[in-house]
Amino acid sequence: MARVVVDVMLKPEILDPQGQAVQRALPRLGFDGISDVRQGKRFELEVDGPVDEAALARIHDLAESFLANTVIEDFTVRVEEVAEAAK
Amino acid sequence: MTARIGVVTFPGSLDDRDTQRAIRVAGAEPVALWHKDKDLKQVDAVVLCGGFSYGDYLRAGAIARFSPVMEPLLEQAKAGLPVLGICNGFQILTEAHLLPGTMLRNDHLHFICRDQKLRVENAETSWTTDYAAGQEISIPLKNNDGQYVADAYTLDKLEAEGRVAFRYLVHGEAADGYGNPNGSQRDIAGVSNEAGNVVGLMPHPEHAVEPLIGTGRTDGLPFFTSILKKLVNA
Amino acid sequence: MSRTPLDTVEHAAATPDVELPWAELGLKKDEYERVVEILGRRPTGAELAMYSVMWSEHCSYKSSKVHLRQFGEKAPESDAMLVGIGENAGVVDVGQGYAVTFKVESHNHPSYVEPYQGAATGVGGIVRDIIAMGARPVAVVDPLRFGAADHPDTKRVLPGVVAGIGGYGNCLGLPNIGGEVVFDACYQGNPLVNAGAIGVMRHEDIHLAKASGAGNKVILYGARTGGDGIGGASILASETFDDAKPSKRPAVQVGDPFQEKLLIECTLEAFQEKLVVGIQDLGAAGLSCATSELASNGSGGMRVTLDDVPLRDSTLSPEEILMSESQERMCAVVEPEKVDRFLEICEKWDVIATVIGEVTDGDRLEIYWHGGKIVDVDPRTVAHEGPVYERPYARPSWQDTLQADDANKLPRPVTSEELKDQVLKLVGSPNQASKSWITSQYDHFVQGNTVLAQPEDSGMIRIDEESGLGVAIATDGNGRYAKLDPYHGAQLALAEAYRNVATTGAKPLAVSDCLNFGSPEDPAVMWQFAEAVRGLADACQQLGTPVTGGNVSLYNQTGEAAIHPTPVVAVLGVIDDVARRTPVAFQEEGQLLYLLGDTREEFGGSAWSQVVHDHLGGLPPQVDLERERLLAEILISASRDGMIDSAHDLSDGGLIQAVVESALLGGKGARLIVPDGLDAFTFLFSESAGRAVVAVPRSEEVRFNDMCGARGLPATRIGVVDGDAVDVQGEFALSLAELRETHEATIPALLA
Repeated sequence: MARVVVDVMLKPEILDPQGQAVQRALPRLGFDGISDVRQGKRFELEVDGPVDEAALARIHDLAESFLANTVIEDFTVRVEEVAEAAK
Repeated sequence: MTARIGVVTFPGSLDDRDTQRAIRVAGAEPVALWHKDKDLKQVDAVVLCGGFSYGDYLRAGAIARFSPVMEPLLEQAKAGLPVLGICNGFQILTEAHLLPGTMLRNDHLHFICRDQKLRVENAETSWTTDYAAGQEISIPLKNNDGQYVADAYTLDKLEAEGRVAFRYLVHGEAADGYGNPNGSQRDIAGVSNEAGNVVGLMPHPEHAVEPLIGTGRTDGLPFFTSILKKLVNA
Repeated sequence: MSRTPLDTVEHAAATPDVELPWAELGLKKDEYERVVEILGRRPTGAELAMYSVMWSEHCSYKSSKVHLRQFGEKAPESDAMLVGIGENAGVVDVGQGYAVTFKVESHNHPSYVEPYQGAATGVGGIVRDIIAMGARPVAVVDPLRFGAADHPDTKRVLPGVVAGIGGYGNCLGLPNIGGEVVFDACYQGNPLVNAGAIGVMRHEDIHLAKASGAGNKVILYGARTGGDGIGGASILASETFDDAKPSKRPAVQVGDPFQEKLLIECTLEAFQEKLVVGIQDLGAAGLSCATSELASNGSGGMRVTLDDVPLRDSTLSPEEILMSESQERMCAVVEPEKVDRFLEICEKWDVIATVIGEVTDGDRLEIYWHGGKIVDVDPRTVAHEGPVYERPYARPSWQDTLQADDANKLPRPVTSEELKDQVLKLVGSPNQASKSWITSQYDHFVQGNTVLAQPEDSGMIRIDEESGLGVAIATDGNGRYAKLDPYHGAQLALAEAYRNVATTGAKPLAVSDCLNFGSPEDPAVMWQFAEAVRGLADACQQLGTPVTGGNVSLYNQTGEAAIHPTPVVAVLGVIDDVARRTPVAFQEEGQLLYLLGDTREEFGGSAWSQVVHDHLGGLPPQVDLERERLLAEILISASRDGMIDSAHDLSDGGLIQAVVESALLGGKGARLIVPDGLDAFTFLFSESAGRAVVAVPRSEEVRFNDMCGARGLPATRIGVVDGDAVDVQGEFALSLAELRETHEATIPALLA
C-alpha cells in the first residue's frame, strides 16, 4: 500500500489573504525574518494496489479536475512510501 | 450610577456597534476598547463580540487572541472580571484557554444564519441571572465555525460542574429554529468557566434586544440586564 | 520588463512606426486610429493599455450610451435626487438630514469562470462604490439567475456563488436583506450574478470622485497591486464566452473581505475627520480608471509616479500595474497638510497607504515610471470621450411568432384534483420554492438594524434609532416577460419592485438598474435593449422615480444563444417609522383577506405556463402604471394607519403562491372563496400586475373598504386567515404541513 500526497497551493500570482494575515501577525508575536507566508491544502490519498504510472495518471486527473481549482490553484502529486514492511 | 461595560474592537470585528447598542438598551454604559491598547479603561466587565477577527484566516480567533488588549483581559478575567464572548468572542476565549474546548467548522460546511432555540442551563453565571434555569429562548445564530468540541473528559467535567450554560433545543421543527445547527457535541451552545464570570456562546444575544429589529424579540436582553444588576448591586 | 528602451512618450513620438497589439487588447482599428488622432502620435504601451481598458464596453458603455441618455432626458422631477447618474452611485434624500446611496452591478462573467471568487469580488466592488460616495454601507442584496435547477453545472455554479456572496458579505458585517434566485435554461452558460448595496450618510458627508486643488496629494490605499484580472475589464467582461478557447480566461481576482472591512472603517474615519477632497474606488480597469476619472472630473491635471505603487508582484510592467484589477484598493485626494493624519488612520487600521502623485495646475494626466514619462493624455479622452456606437437594431422576425403562441390557449386544469396538483407543482417548483437553504447562508442580523429581510417583499433597514426612519429595497426582473415584450417587460420589472417596496409600507423614491442582455452586435438583442431602456425610462417618468445610476452587462450569451433580456430593477423606498412596516406573514386568525386590483386571464410568461407546460409565449401581463401608483398609495396609507397587518404582492405564481407564502411564514392557514366573475383557475394562477393581497383586522374592515372605495381601487374580499390549511372552498384543501414539505424540500434536494 502506498500513500500519494497531493499539495494544492494558490498560484503564485493569486492573492492569498490567509497567508497574508498570518504573515502580518508574525512580527507582533516576535517571529521575525519571515517575509512571506502562503497557505495551502494537503491531501493524503491511501491507494489500493500498486502506484504505477497509470494510477498516478488517474490521481493527476483527479487532482486536476476535483481537488484543485486550476483556475486559481496549482497542485503537485508525489508518492510517499508508507513504511509498513518495517512493522 | 451605572456600570461601564467594555466592547473590544479587533480588526474584523463586526458586532461591536451592535453590542454597544445592546449595552445601552439595557441601561449600562458601553466603553469602546481597542485591540492595540493594553488598557481596559477600568471597565467593570468586557464583551468580546462577534465578527471575523483577522478574517478568521488561520483559525477563528487564533490571531486576535494575541492582541495587546488580551494581556490585561486574561489577567483580570482570572481575577474575576466578568467577560462575555459571543461567537468570534467565544472562539477567542477558547483560543486563549479561558474557556475549554474549541470550535470546528459547522458539520454541514455552510455558514448558517437563523433564529435559534436554546435552553438556558445555568442561570447563575454573571451573565445569566435574569433568566430562569431551564428557560427556553430564541436568539440569532450566524457562523461558519460553530461546532463545539472537547474531549469526553472535559465534557463530562463541564456537565458535572454545571458549566454547560446553554444548549441547542433539538426537539422541534427546523423551520421554527429547533435542532443542533452545527454538530456541536452534546448540543452545547455555550459554556462558562469555573467561577461563572467568563461565559462564551455562539448565538448572538445582542441581536435580540429590541422588538421589531432582527428577530423581533428581546430574548437576548437579559444577558445585559443580568450583568448590569450584578455590577450595580455589587 | 526587460524592454529597452522604456516606451516613453518621447520614445513613442520618435518611433511612429512601432506596431502595438491594439487588437489583442480589444480595440477596433478605427478606435486605435482615434487614439492616435487624439494624441497626435502613436500611444505608448501604457497609454494603449489605459485607452483599451477604458474604452471597453464594460467601462465606456459605448453600445448602450445612446439609449441610456433617456434616463436623464426623461427623469421625473424629484426633490429627493441629490447625486445622479455618472458618479459611483446615485444619492437620494430620505429626510431628517439623511442621504442614501444605492446601486446594483453585475459580476456575471467572472462568476461563471470562478463562482466563489467571482461572486465575492462582485460584492466587494459594489460596496466600494458605496463607500466612495462617503456612506457607511448598511446592507446588500443579490439578484441571481442560474441555469436549469436540475442541470449539473448549476450544482457547480450556484453553491459557489452563494458561498462567495456569503463568505464576503458576512465577513464585512453587511446584512443581506434581499434579492432573488431564478432558474431558467437560458442562463445555463451565463449565470447572472448581480449585487446591490445601500449606504447611509448625512447630507454634508457626500463625497465625489474628483481631483481638485493643485498640490493636493493622490493616495493609493488598501491592498497591494498584483497581477489580478489583468485585462479583465476589456477582455473578460466584454467578450462572449467561447467554449473553444478557455485559454483566453485570464487570472481571476481573489477577494479579501477582511482587507475590505478595514478599508471601510479606515475610509469612514477619514471622512469623519474631513480629510478627503475626492475619492474613487478601484474596480474594473483599476488605476487606469481611478486616475483618469479623478483627473477628468476635477479642475486640474494629475501627475502619478507608478514606481510608488506598492506591489505584490515586483515583476509587473507599468502597463500591467495600470490595468491590474487587484481588489480592495481605493484612491483618495488629500490636501498636503492632512496627508499625515490620513496615513495615520490607515496605519491604525493596518491598511497600506502610499502617496503616488499629486494634482497639478494643468489639464493633463501624466504618469511616470523609472523617471520616464509613459503617459501624457487629456484624461477626459480616456474616461469620458470614448467611442459611442449607434448599433443597428431590429425587431427580430421571431417576435411575432413568439407573441402569437398564446399561453391563454394552453390546456387548463379541469377537475379540482388537477387544480390542486398544479398548485402543489407550482409551490414546489424551483423558482417558486423556498430559498431559505440559500438565504440562511447570509447574515441578515448584523448591524442590528434589520427590520425585514428575504423572503419579505422588500428588505428594510432602520437608519435612525430615535425616529425609526428606515429605507426599503426590492429588486425584480422577469426575463420571461421581457423576452415576450422587452418594453413592457422592463416596465413590469419596475412595477413589481415598486409594488414590493410599497407592500412593506415604504414610499418608493428612486431606481437603480442592472441591465443584463446578450451581444449588442446582434440587432435583435440591441432591439431588446433599446426597447427595455425606453420602457423603463418611460415608466420611471410616469411613476416619478428617477434612475439614479446602474450598470449594463452585455455579451451575456453562449455561442449564438443570448439570455432572455433581463433588466433587473432595484427600487429604494423610505418609511418614516419602521414600527409601521407590513410583513408578508399572516399575523392573526380571523383577519379578512382582501385582493386588491383587477384579475384578468393573463398567463403569458407565467410561472404556471413554465411549470405545468414548459411554455413561453404570448404577451406578458398588461401594465397600468397609474394603477400601480394608486395601489402603492393605498398600501402605504393602510400600513401607516394600522389598517392592515400583513400584505403580499402578487407576481409570478399569482394569488395562490402569495397566499401559500403568507400562510407558511405565519404558520396560519387561509380559507379562500373564489370571487364572483372569476373561475378558480384564473383566480389562483393569473399573473395580472397591479395586485396585492392584504389581511385586514375585522375592526378595520369598514375604514379600509371606505378608503379603497373612495380612491377607486378594486378591493375584493376573498377569504379569511384561519386553520392549518389553505382551503379553496369548493375546490380543494392543502394542509400547511404538506405545503411546507413541498415548498421547502425542493432546493435542498437539488443543491445540498
